[in-house]
Amino acid sequence: MLALMVNNRRYELDIEPETPLLWALRDEIGLTGTKFGCGIAQCGACTVHVDGVATRSCQLPVAEAAGKKITTIEGLAGDTLHAVQQAWIAEDVPQCGYCQSGQVMAAAALLAANPKPTDADIDAEITNICRCGTYPRIRAAIHRAAAMASR
Amino acid sequence: MNAPLLSRRSFIVAGLSAAGGLAVGFALDGTAQALPIAAQPWTPEGKPAGEINAWILIEPDDTIVIRVAKSEMGEGIFTALPMIVAEELECDWSKVRPEYASPNRNVVEHGVYQQMGTGGSRSVRGSREFLQQAGASARARLIEAAARRWNVPASECMARASKVLHEASGRSATYGALAAEAAAVKLGAEPAIKSPDQYKLIGRPTARLDTPVKVTGEAKFGIDTRVPDMVYAAVAACPVFGGKLKTFEEAPIRGRRGFVGVVPLDGAVAVVFDRFWRAKEALKALPVEWDIGEAAKTDSAQFCALYREALDGPAATARNDGDADKAMGSATKIVEALYEVPHLAHAPMEPLNCTAHWTADRVDVWMGTQAPDRALALAAEAGGVKPENVFVHNCFLGGGFGRRAVNDELKQAVLVSKAVGKPVKLVWTREEDIRHDRYRPQAALRFKAGLGADGMPVALNLRTAVGSLLRSLGMGKVENGIEPSAVEGLANTQYRSPNIKVDCVLKNTHVPVMFWRSVGSSQNAFAVESFIDELAHAAGKDPYLYRRALLSDRPDFVNVLDTLATKGDWGKPMPAGSGRGIAIHEAFGTIVGEIAEVAVSKTGEVRVERIVAAIDCGHVVNPTTVAMQVESAVIYGLTAALYGEITIKDGRVEQGNFDDYPMVRMADAPHIETHLALSGGKKWGGIGEPGTPPVAPAVTNAIFAATGRRIRSLPIKNENLSGA
Repeated sequence: MLALMVNNRRYELDIEPETPLLWALRDEIGLTGTKFGCGIAQCGACTVHVDGVATRSCQLPVAEAAGKKITTIEGLAGDTLHAVQQAWIAEDVPQCGYCQSGQVMAAAALLAANPKPTDADIDAEITNICRCGTYPRIRAAIHRAAAMASR
Repeated sequence: MNAPLLSRRSFIVAGLSAAGGLAVGFALDGTAQALPIAAQPWTPEGKPAGEINAWILIEPDDTIVIRVAKSEMGEGIFTALPMIVAEELECDWSKVRPEYASPNRNVVEHGVYQQMGTGGSRSVRGSREFLQQAGASARARLIEAAARRWNVPASECMARASKVLHEASGRSATYGALAAEAAAVKLGAEPAIKSPDQYKLIGRPTARLDTPVKVTGEAKFGIDTRVPDMVYAAVAACPVFGGKLKTFEEAPIRGRRGFVGVVPLDGAVAVVFDRFWRAKEALKALPVEWDIGEAAKTDSAQFCALYREALDGPAATARNDGDADKAMGSATKIVEALYEVPHLAHAPMEPLNCTAHWTADRVDVWMGTQAPDRALALAAEAGGVKPENVFVHNCFLGGGFGRRAVNDELKQAVLVSKAVGKPVKLVWTREEDIRHDRYRPQAALRFKAGLGADGMPVALNLRTAVGSLLRSLGMGKVENGIEPSAVEGLANTQYRSPNIKVDCVLKNTHVPVMFWRSVGSSQNAFAVESFIDELAHAAGKDPYLYRRALLSDRPDFVNVLDTLATKGDWGKPMPAGSGRGIAIHEAFGTIVGEIAEVAVSKTGEVRVERIVAAIDCGHVVNPTTVAMQVESAVIYGLTAALYGEITIKDGRVEQGNFDDYPMVRMADAPHIETHLALSGGKKWGGIGEPGTPPVAPAVTNAIFAATGRRIRSLPIKNENLSGA
């Protein structure tokens, strides 16, 4: 058995240790907010936080995630929505929405490490793919979330 | 383990209870509150009390459920279509909750939801009038129900914000209280619908109703479906299109944990396990032999030659004004150019998937589809059950762009479920998605113009050689060698010339082709708008003013061009190595013009810095989603222009994932501005696609302005612009 801490809850999983964290989250635990997009850590739809660091879960064996604090999109909000989620709503970011869990998680990790990112920081750190082309609104929403947090 | 599973029966119950109360989520202020949309946006089967008509259900708590018979794939239809109904219904917008109309009911009630397919940027313009009528009719019946209750003439009552009011007596009743009575009212005559000057909601920037569930991970896409006893399938099709499955050997994977079975399919094989990861890994270890056939000897270079040569062969004529061949002889100057575009994959973010539960007398499928009607018919055929016993539960679509209009994955899932006797979630990997798409066709276009002494074209000959989508899909008939999408933007070009000839050669290879966002306009606008730019330069004229002169018969085009030139700073100086390019195109009833600002570095790197768009779609339902769709269409077209290329070697696709089929990402994304230049009147244009066609030529025209290099073949990445 393998113990996983996800969104402050402990799960005991009887799975192969090489299973990517993505599939443990989606198919074992049933947290389907984290998405499968490419399987090779290219697109970022599967982004979660592992000990606070944005991580593409499709390439992380579940055994390596054991003992670490994992946060998924379902666990990002506290009593209120996370500033990034609020900014996403205010800027009308999502279209199809499929990549947005990963985008939100990537942005939240960026802001945790860098509360006032520049456009260049955003270009360098937000590399997730969105086929609907929501990038301009994601950029605006990150700046908005940064401003909200500094108020 | 902790997530709710939907059984077929509990799905129905869950659906009913969802209709009876809103899903709960977070509000902006952080308090738990009702979400405007359920995470699982399916309509329950059956007719609850309070259903005024097939489109509108009013709950006792005044929730207004509006059925949406089109697919939400990002274009915002779950907000726009309810706005159209609500405009006439005079209901409280904050109480509106959209959900999908039932494709099964559309079969049982003989097309009560009309045609449910989403495509051709048609949802608003194709359903606006009957949705307005449904809203107006429901309003009139609510008023009639109140009038009967109060024993007053209906003409003395009015509807406002989900209430019927009788001002003379000061009485009022909520829609929720009146709904059951209104459902029984039969009107003598249908009420008239509003004219645009009476709109209060249509035209107002409105927050999308599906946003909250899409920032919390709650929104359910097809791939998120979970039903009890479900197993998972990974699938591999023959790497060469049209090939057959010869043999496979089950033994090496039979002993693996969670093995359920291996199912041979038409030209494919599915591996079924209790978990997707296990299925996907086992598929790699499954020995398979394919009968790949003659197509395995083909490659992209051959196709390139094929389409070029086809331009010299016999062609069907799609338009013939005057005598273009003769008029060429009298021209002062002849300009000729060959344009080429490659195959393109759609690559929606959500890989294709379908969950199917087959039983002998009923089939259920959960998926995101652009064509629920066709999906239902396909499931009935594949499952051997009657259409009225098929239930397609449409989910949010993780992108469509045309790919989800034909559901290859559904047929596979139904057959696999039938073979293993369990509900199956079948998921394509990204590699399967890229290598087994139905692609935007490869094409070659050769244009010839004769310019008069004033530099204006006295003759135009536009000739295309391209794959037929209809032949490839086995849908419909190609009449006289011409397919409307192949000549879209060519045969109906609005550029004025007394002599115009448009020729079309349809030629298919073994590579399947289909609708790709903006369809034929995606290649034709690139060629036409590049060519017009070339003609302007050959004539020594400004590309904006040249277009303006050739389009002067169309005031709506001129208005878009003028708005574009003003907002896009046309003519303002730019630094060395930078340039502006302009392009304009009409498709799906809408005109979009775009100006691209591009910088080309000394080492040849192209950077698209800004795109300014001007659009005339006649009327706008939701300006918020119109801007979003233009941004989306621009980025989608930009990915194709800069990088997009599916190539064939040994009969199979060379690319497989986002590492070798690259996408525009944040760092490549230009600043985008959208300006409305609306002509109103009878025009209701589409919005999902028309922003895509002008991007590529605006960018290549800008590269020409910056460097003097004319790019006639896409994608741009293949061009060496260093030292330009």
